[in-house]
Amino acid sequence: MASRIGTLIPAILAVGLALVVLAPLLVVAGRATGFALGPADWAALRFTLLQALASAVVSVGLAVPVARALARQTFPGRGALITLMGAPFLLPTIVAVLGVVAVFGRSGLVNDVLRLLGLGPVSIYGAHGVVLAHVFLNLPLAVRMVLQGWLAIPSERFRLAESLGLAPRDLWRHLEVPMLRAVLPGAFVVIFVICLTSFAVALTLGGGPRATTVELAIYQAMRFDFDLGRAALLAGVQFGLCAVVALLGWLLVRPAPFGAGLQRAPVLRQVGGWRRAADALVIGLAAAFLLVPLGAVILRGLPGLAEMPDAVWAAAGRSVAVALVSTAVTVMAALVLALGVAHGGRGAGAMDAAAALPLATSGLVLGVGLFLLVQTVVPPATLALPVTVMVNAVLSLPFVYRLLLPEARVLRADYGRLSTSLGISGLAWLRLIVVPRLARPIGFGAGLAAALSMGDLGVIALFASEQGATLPLVVQRLMGAYRMEAAAGAALVLVLVSFALFWACDAWGRWYASA
Amino acid sequence: MRTSILATGLSCLAFAAAAETPVLTVLTYDSFVSEWGPGPAVEAAFEAECACDLQFVGAGDGAALLARVQLEGAGSNADVVLGLDTNLTAQAAATGLFAPHGLTAPALPVAFDDPLFLPFDWGWFAFVHDKTKLPSPPKSFEDLAASDVKIVIQDPRSSTPGLGLLMWVKAAYGARAAEIWAGLADNIVTVTPGWSEAYGLFLEGEADMVLSYTTSPAYHLIAEQDDSKAAAPFAEGHYMQVEVAGKLAASDQPALADRFLQFMLSEGFQSVIPTTNWMYPVVTPAAGLPEGFEQMRPEVSLLKSAEAAMAAREGALAEWQAALAR
Repeated sequence: MASRIGTLIPAILAVGLALVVLAPLLVVAGRATGFALGPADWAALRFTLLQALASAVVSVGLAVPVARALARQTFPGRGALITLMGAPFLLPTIVAVLGVVAVFGRSGLVNDVLRLLGLGPVSIYGAHGVVLAHVFLNLPLAVRMVLQGWLAIPSERFRLAESLGLAPRDLWRHLEVPMLRAVLPGAFVVIFVICLTSFAVALTLGGGPRATTVELAIYQAMRFDFDLGRAALLAGVQFGLCAVVALLGWLLVRPAPFGAGLQRAPVLRQVGGWRRAADALVIGLAAAFLLVPLGAVILRGLPGLAEMPDAVWAAAGRSVAVALVSTAVTVMAALVLALGVAHGGRGAGAMDAAAALPLATSGLVLGVGLFLLVQTVVPPATLALPVTVMVNAVLSLPFVYRLLLPEARVLRADYGRLSTSLGISGLAWLRLIVVPRLARPIGFGAGLAAALSMGDLGVIALFASEQGATLPLVVQRLMGAYRMEAAAGAALVLVLVSFALFWACDAWGRWYASA
Repeated sequence: MRTSILATGLSCLAFAAAAETPVLTVLTYDSFVSEWGPGPAVEAAFEAECACDLQFVGAGDGAALLARVQLEGAGSNADVVLGLDTNLTAQAAATGLFAPHGLTAPALPVAFDDPLFLPFDWGWFAFVHDKTKLPSPPKSFEDLAASDVKIVIQDPRSSTPGLGLLMWVKAAYGARAAEIWAGLADNIVTVTPGWSEAYGLFLEGEADMVLSYTTSPAYHLIAEQDDSKAAAPFAEGHYMQVEVAGKLAASDQPALADRFLQFMLSEGFQSVIPTTNWMYPVVTPAAGLPEGFEQMRPEVSLLKSAEAAMAAREGALAEWQAALAR
């Protein structure tokens, strides 16, 4: 693996990735007639930064106690609860917003309860609503990333700690804090950047033009003013912000110094007493926060299932095909990049930044740039599905990469020299060492990528023809044709299929890791 | 990936095989193309008489459509663009990409004549409410601003109804528009990116009224046998949305494009519009209008000319932003 080819492949991949993401931006900029930002754009930038910062801090901050409670408690249905709590991240944005509104909205559950108690209504619309919805969408990801970190601490270390009679406080200091230092910056970066490019959530729940994000400003520049220069400039600013944050994350990450374990199933050192009660409370609150809106989505969708047109099933098939292909591409690329970065050496930092770039992409600029590139060669509609596959693969890569990186580092540190001395390299190294050790994050990452590809809408809308619609596009078309019930039904199908794909991949990873 | 490459290859072959039949490409907004929109019926009716292949290409909503036309420029392989509204046509005309249609525009509630763009349907914007929950809705913008009725509207920067509302207030109040918006600020629950999010939130009970069309209640009446929805008449009059189509100058099928525009005003096209696009057809179909379409006809119709709408847009948007940002 230390061979020249082994270091060259990730570098080529990183350059290719940067090209796919940056070339459309340059193409859009190339069509511009001038570059200038107005005061409204700066206000949008300020709001975008603040809401993304708040959303990421709250998501990651809440994820630590939740993941810790999940890591050290056992109870019936724990596995199922962990899987289910991941579901909100997989929801298409508009579905998630309607789910959140069903609970926290003006006529939602929370206000119904408050009315019964004789208390005034609370409003979800405003900056706090935006943060709430972002936490709802991203807490699942944060919890899983942090939980993954807990489970990656070799069980031997916990046994050792136990035999030394370390108190929970000492465990926290010697095992858990180092792990968090390795995992949290990555989780923070990912969520911050997701929220940076937020559009529909911020606008729908933001309550008005105060909640203008950079992505909306790009939308306006592109569509209403046809000011490609401003659109490209704003997209460039978004890239710049992402790069700065990714760099900060890179500087803060400390690989966890635990050494290799025997890869036994993690031993849960269940804690009792008041800690168990506190953990139960934390898990209960998190589950309620994540699952009640999800339940609302399901309840809204059930009546619609009966009146769904056939087009929904055809589109579902198309979406699954797109998701499977783009997942395969993403997982391979992310694995190569993660191993390359973990290997270190010159360019590792640049590769890491390249892997984060797609997160900061404005979907609209990416779509329009690709459209401009493609249309000179063929009618864009003929490439709708291949382009969707490529874009989905690129856009979900950062998530998979982030999940793989911490464990690829551990792998490198623990097995790198051993593998070299045994002369294991290339595919055998992948098969014998990498895949078995990383099966858990690979499975989880693949599930995430598949579900994200199912839900993606950004780019296909520009390319889609009459026949090529994917499921999210059909949901949107149904809503646009007043058919809200059928749309809710189709959205439920989308959620179920996404979740099934996610579950299948994730379960494979856990099964393979423990086999 | 392999299957999609294969599919692409096959579809290219299919194109080649059909090369003898002339192809007319119509660029339109997405909901026109969908199986619940007018697209499928219109395609069948036109293909029955034109000996051609009519292909619709969907591109987001009306504003996305204009951006698409500008992106594709003179190299576009579309022949006709269908679905711009009059708030966008000045910008479209300025591109120089459109050719005169040479037809007489049908009569609308307001005088309308544009050498480049021909209307195919129209509607009035209105605030829709549930009669059982809001028995006596506000009767004007001022009435609404003074009430504690909650509304949900669309963002003018990302949606055509949102832009329509901006023009409505401007057309009705002129210099007082900013004051009206300031008064409405506390009535607005939220501003959504598009029509469907706003309408969805309204149906969920998040607002008492939603900005939509006078014909929206007809959908609920006809498709859901639900007569609880109504559009509130406003004393200022109601702003119109006139949806138009135009022929691209660079079309390689100009004769066929002309034929399509003529067909657009005929029964085969117009009779499909009311219950698929839920707008008024520009030529009343032989069977008359469906039930519910006559329920609320505003006495005053407001519409700015394309040039006036274009000229007013930037200032009106700034007023709107300033009033709601407080």
